[in-house]
Amino acid sequence: MDLDFNREEQAFRDEVRQFLATELPDDIRHRMQRGDHSHVRDDIQQWQKILHAKGWGAPAWPKAFGGTGWSKTQQYIFENECAMADAPAQLAFGVKMVAPVIMRFGTPEQQQAFLPRILAADDWWCQGYSEPGSGSDLASLKMRAERDGDEYVLNGQKVWNTLGQYADWIFCLVRTDATGKPQKGISFLLIDMKTPGITVRPTRLLDGSFEVNEIWFDNVRVPVANRIGEENQGWTYAKFLLGHERTNIAGIGASKRELRRLKEMAASQPKNGATMLQDPAFATRIAQVEMELRALEITNMRVIFAEAKKQAPGPEASMLKIRGTEILQRLSELQVDLLGADALVRSGAGEDGEDAERATSAYLNMRKLSIFGGSNEIQRNIIAHMILGL
Amino acid sequence: MDFSFTDEQQMLLDTTRRFIAERYNFDFRKRVRDSHDGWSRDTWTQLAELGLLALTIPEEDGGIGAGPVGAMLVSNAIGEGMLLEPFLSSAIVATQAIVELGSPDQRGQWLPSLASGDLIAVLAHDERSTQLDALDVHTSAEKVAGGWRLNGRKSAVYHATAAHLLLVTARIQEGELGLFAVRSDAPGVTLVPCVTVDEQRAATVVLENVSIDSDARLGGRADEALMAVLDYGLAALCAEAFGAMERILAATIEYSRSRVQFSTPIGSFQALQHRMAEMLMHLEQARSMSYLATSHCTNSDPLERRAALSAAKALMGQAARFIGQQAVQLHGGMGMTDELNVSHYFKRLLAFELRSGTTDQHLEIYRNRLAAA
Repeated sequence: MDLDFNREEQAFRDEVRQFLATELPDDIRHRMQRGDHSHVRDDIQQWQKILHAKGWGAPAWPKAFGGTGWSKTQQYIFENECAMADAPAQLAFGVKMVAPVIMRFGTPEQQQAFLPRILAADDWWCQGYSEPGSGSDLASLKMRAERDGDEYVLNGQKVWNTLGQYADWIFCLVRTDATGKPQKGISFLLIDMKTPGITVRPTRLLDGSFEVNEIWFDNVRVPVANRIGEENQGWTYAKFLLGHERTNIAGIGASKRELRRLKEMAASQPKNGATMLQDPAFATRIAQVEMELRALEITNMRVIFAEAKKQAPGPEASMLKIRGTEILQRLSELQVDLLGADALVRSGAGEDGEDAERATSAYLNMRKLSIFGGSNEIQRNIIAHMILGL
Repeated sequence: MDFSFTDEQQMLLDTTRRFIAERYNFDFRKRVRDSHDGWSRDTWTQLAELGLLALTIPEEDGGIGAGPVGAMLVSNAIGEGMLLEPFLSSAIVATQAIVELGSPDQRGQWLPSLASGDLIAVLAHDERSTQLDALDVHTSAEKVAGGWRLNGRKSAVYHATAAHLLLVTARIQEGELGLFAVRSDAPGVTLVPCVTVDEQRAATVVLENVSIDSDARLGGRADEALMAVLDYGLAALCAEAFGAMERILAATIEYSRSRVQFSTPIGSFQALQHRMAEMLMHLEQARSMSYLATSHCTNSDPLERRAALSAAKALMGQAARFIGQQAVQLHGGMGMTDELNVSHYFKRLLAFELRSGTTDQHLEIYRNRLAAA
């Protein structure tokens, strides 16, 4: 048993740190630090191109497709270091989500057409899963895809589509058979966002951001050649995809970054002649979350170690998701609590108010963590069924 | 990064588990608990025969030299079986105190008989004042012609009534702590027996003008070494608690599958499923912290070591409380009875929370480190 990274893993971590220190553009880093998402598309794409030039564009892909061929541990180190250095997260929908599905179930033509462009940030991908009536119960989705010769004709609505307003392509789960078990009549389609009949309407969120969209499909014609695998087998591919969304599900790097930030803020916030970091009540709350993060980091490494032995990611990812999002949410809560009345001001406070604007916006925005990607309640169901056998 | 165990380490765990399954089932344990001494000499001899009492004695001293990881795995099993014998007290803590502080003569004198089970030793350290500061010892050692004279009072020393040898911490002068070996039947030593909340035997040790020879002192200044010994023992205590937590959760899941109400097993109710999912997450975080404690308990940087151990004890204490309370709750009335093992695990976990620094005390230690940074 050894909880520390071995010599090679440490050398790799140092290499990643060095790369981040020299290659992450300052303007992007500063926008990330300020929580400024005004350049989100450009920042993510520029960073992806820099990673791609280094050969690090796809940490989890095999080398045959232009990936790094890194181990799970290396991927984990890479993602954490990037998050701690305030690098933008890679756009998951392409690199992490649709790409593994295309690699595993796509035709050689699909692989040729899509994978290199994902790697090079030529295409921006988004996801069409949830519908107004289908959230946690995703398999009940209703968006129709009716066969007409070599095309499907799509009609319906998708919601909670993240960053689709910038998208070139969307991967969608659609209903191709409504007669049997819901899971058996779903197909997985790749759709060009420029196709006539698609309307994207951004949804204004509680923090004022436009991060998610409603998308309407009105007689949208999609070539059958853009279907992944078999008709009506889409649920299988969607489940496969879910298993690949999870290497970084605990968000250890992001939490470490926010903890560091919280401590810095607390150390400069005066209280009774000392600082908030020395205030017993507040420091206890920081200590509590720090201990839990320390434990989760080890738990995460245990899961990675176990996965490396048996390959497939297991239901343990549900634990990482719940605890990881709880910790990140609490860190954002603590930043708001620390600032107190200063956190009331959302905009217009000038440079002095930068911390407060960022912290308050983040607190509002972070509520999503326990809702998306399978709500934390759904994750508890998974734990009860898959791990506890109840 | 490596979370595997060597074949030898795995064998230690398997051996201890098999021994407990065959020789120390719950009914046997109840009989031991209700016996006069409250622990079993036969079991003690059998543990010695398995080599487990030599577990943490270095190989050059004739032991197994299994180190903290070996101690953790055996302690997992000890916690699962809730053994009442002085394994942690004698085979881990007192043994480590002698390994850490004993002269070659003292090691040669005591370690072989500790390994064989003929000698039982316990560290008599805790006092009211050490609850807040582990080194704030009021028991005094006064230098007199030919040796030392000890006076003081040690509270709730686990297994003191079973011990032949008490390893007593005492203040020599301001800023210097010493460790002294005292026969438990020496004149001036009084043991006031008590039963702890987890039904182990303990005693208040009262020392009144106890005279000991100068060669009964172990090592010189004991402060730093003593903290290392306490941390080694704390890691093993955490591992015991983990074993108990794992079993009490398993018992709860099992019970929820078999207990039928409203014509269905209660484990099919989502409110209870989510509670048990929460218990599992506490358990897995506790396992990680037990690993952290084990891997840091011999860290040569005392500040890092203390921080890791305090974080582990605090978080595991919280986990123990949640898992223990919910296990009783989910067992309903049956969880309140002495008949099921659940209430026994519950009390073992409560003792864990309170021993060797409470959850709150360790949280405070960890917190103070933040302010100092």
